[in-house]
Amino acid sequence: MEDTLLIDAAERFARGEMTTEEKIFFEELRKKNPELDQLVVEQLFFLNELGRYGSTKNFKHILHETEAKLVSEGLITKSPLQGKSKIVYLWKRYKRTIAVAASIAGIVSIISASLISVFHNEKTKDINLLVGKIDRAENKIRQIENKTKKLEAATELPLIVVAAPIDAKFRATGFLIDASNNLIVTNAHVVREARNNLVIENNKGQQFIAEAIYVNASTDLAILKVRDNTFKKLTPVPYSIRKTNAELGEQVFMLGFPKQEIVYGEGYISAKNGYQMDTIYCQLSTSANEGNSGSPVITKNGELVGIITSKETNAAGVVFAIKSSNIYKVIEEVKKIKGFEDTKITSQGSLKGSDRVTQIKKVEDYVFMVKGN
Amino acid sequence: MNTISQEKTLLDGLAKEDKASIEQIYRDNYTMIQSLILNNSGTTDDAADIFQEAMIVLFEKSRLADFELNCQLKTYLYSVCRRLWLKKLQQMQRFGKQAEDLEEVIPVEDDLEMHEKRQLDFNIMENAMSKIGEPCKSLLEAYYIQKKPMLQIATEFGYTNADNAKTQKYKCLVRLKKLFFAQYKNGQ
Repeated sequence: MEDTLLIDAAERFARGEMTTEEKIFFEELRKKNPELDQLVVEQLFFLNELGRYGSTKNFKHILHETEAKLVSEGLITKSPLQGKSKIVYLWKRYKRTIAVAASIAGIVSIISASLISVFHNEKTKDINLLVGKIDRAENKIRQIENKTKKLEAATELPLIVVAAPIDAKFRATGFLIDASNNLIVTNAHVVREARNNLVIENNKGQQFIAEAIYVNASTDLAILKVRDNTFKKLTPVPYSIRKTNAELGEQVFMLGFPKQEIVYGEGYISAKNGYQMDTIYCQLSTSANEGNSGSPVITKNGELVGIITSKETNAAGVVFAIKSSNIYKVIEEVKKIKGFEDTKITSQGSLKGSDRVTQIKKVEDYVFMVKGN
Repeated sequence: MNTISQEKTLLDGLAKEDKASIEQIYRDNYTMIQSLILNNSGTTDDAADIFQEAMIVLFEKSRLADFELNCQLKTYLYSVCRRLWLKKLQQMQRFGKQAEDLEEVIPVEDDLEMHEKRQLDFNIMENAMSKIGEPCKSLLEAYYIQKKPMLQIATEFGYTNADNAKTQKYKCLVRLKKLFFAQYKNGQ
C-alpha cells in the first residue's frame, strides 16, 4: 500500500468514516501484515499528537484573549498591588506635608507650563513631521502615467474613465481601520496640509476622493471617509488593533509611502514614551522618511501597535509613533457623529502565524497614500 | 461559591474550549492565585503566567476520557499553582519564605508529570511545524487545527481542485511526521 493511501485510510479509520465492510477489510489487512499494522499504529499516534497540539494551541490563544480582556477590565493587574489600609494611614499622617508639597507642585507646574509654551517653538525644531512634499516633476510623472493608463483603458474597454489626478502638494500614508464603512486613519497634521483636495491612492495608482470626518489635534489622529463610489469595499482588515502598550524590544514592521510606491520597513520598540516623555507616543528604532506619517506599525503576530508620526531631527533612527490605544479613544468620538454610530474596529486579526511575505501581501491592500493640495 | 453542578458545567465548557467558561474560571479564582503568588515573593506578572499554566494543566486533564475532579475546582487550581510556583522558585533560586499552607491542598504531582510530558510533545510538534515551511505549515494548520474542509482550503490556497490540495497535504504530513519522530525518539 502506498504511503498516501495509508494516511488516508488511517485518517478515515480514526474518524470512523469507514463503512463496515471497509473496516473489516482494513482490520483483516492489519492482522495479516504486521509491518502495515505498525505503520497504522504509528500514524494513529501521530494524528492524535497533531490533534492535541492543535487543541492546546487553540486553547492557549483563548487564554491570551481572556487575559487581555480581564487586564483591560482591571481584574488582572500587571503592577504590584498595595494594601489600602496602609495608604489611608500614610495619608492621615502626612496630610499637611502633602498639602504643602501639592501647592508648591502646583505653582511649579504653572510656571513650567508657561515657560514651555514660551519655548514651544523650539520643540518643533527638534522633531520632523513626516509629511512628504511633492515636487512638480513627480506630479508630471503621475500625469503622464495616468495618460498612458487612459490610453490603455481606451484601447481595451472604452467605458472605463480614469479620474483626473489632482496636482498634489504633499504625500503621506493612511490605513484602513473599518472596511465596512471605508474609514481610514492618518495623522491630523497630514489633514491640515490639505487646503483644497484630499485623496487616497492605492498601490495600483487609483485615486479616490476622501473627506476628513474627525480630526483630533491633541493625539494627532484623523479619520478619513472614502467618498468615492468607485472605491471597492475590502474584506475585514487583517490586523488587529492592540489596546495595551507595546513592550520594549518588540519586533515590528511598517508599510508606508516615502516614495511613489509602497515601502517596507522593520524595527523594534526602543522606548515606551515619545519625545520629551510624551505618553501619547512610543519610540521606535527604525528609519522613516517624509511620507511615512500615518504608516501602520505592526508586530509579528499582526497586532497594530502604533502610527508613525515624526522623527528626531538630530538623532538617526529615532522615530515616534502614536500608541494604538489612542485609536480606540478616537473611534469612540467618531461614534458620536451622526451617521457613524456603527463604526467598528476588529480585535481579531488574521496575520498570526503567517510568514512575513504573506503578511505584507495581506496588509498592503489596506495601506493607502494620502495626498492633497 | 459554585455548586457541584455549576462546576461540572464550567469544566465541560473548558474541555470544549468555550470562551465564556474559561472567563468565568478566571473571574472566580484569579484573585486568590494572585495573592498566593504575591505573598510568596512573586510579581503580578508571575501570577498571570502561573495561572495560565494551571489552566492548561486543567484543560489537559479535562479532556481525558476518565476525567473526574475529586475536589473543588478552587482547591485543585490552588494546589496546582502552589506546586508550579514552588518549582519556579526553586529554579530561580529565589527561596523567599516557604509557601504558607493556608488552604487545604491535594496531591497533584501525577497531573503535573503528565503536563510536563505533554508540554514536551507540544514543543516538539511546534518545532517540527516551524521547520516544514510554507505553504505546508498553513495548509496543515488549516486542515488539522482549524478543521476547514478540503474544498475551502483548495480555494483559499489557490489549488485548482480539492484532490491536488489533498496530495500536497499528504506530502506535507509525511515531512512533518519525519521531523516530529526524529525529535520525539531522541527526546525519549
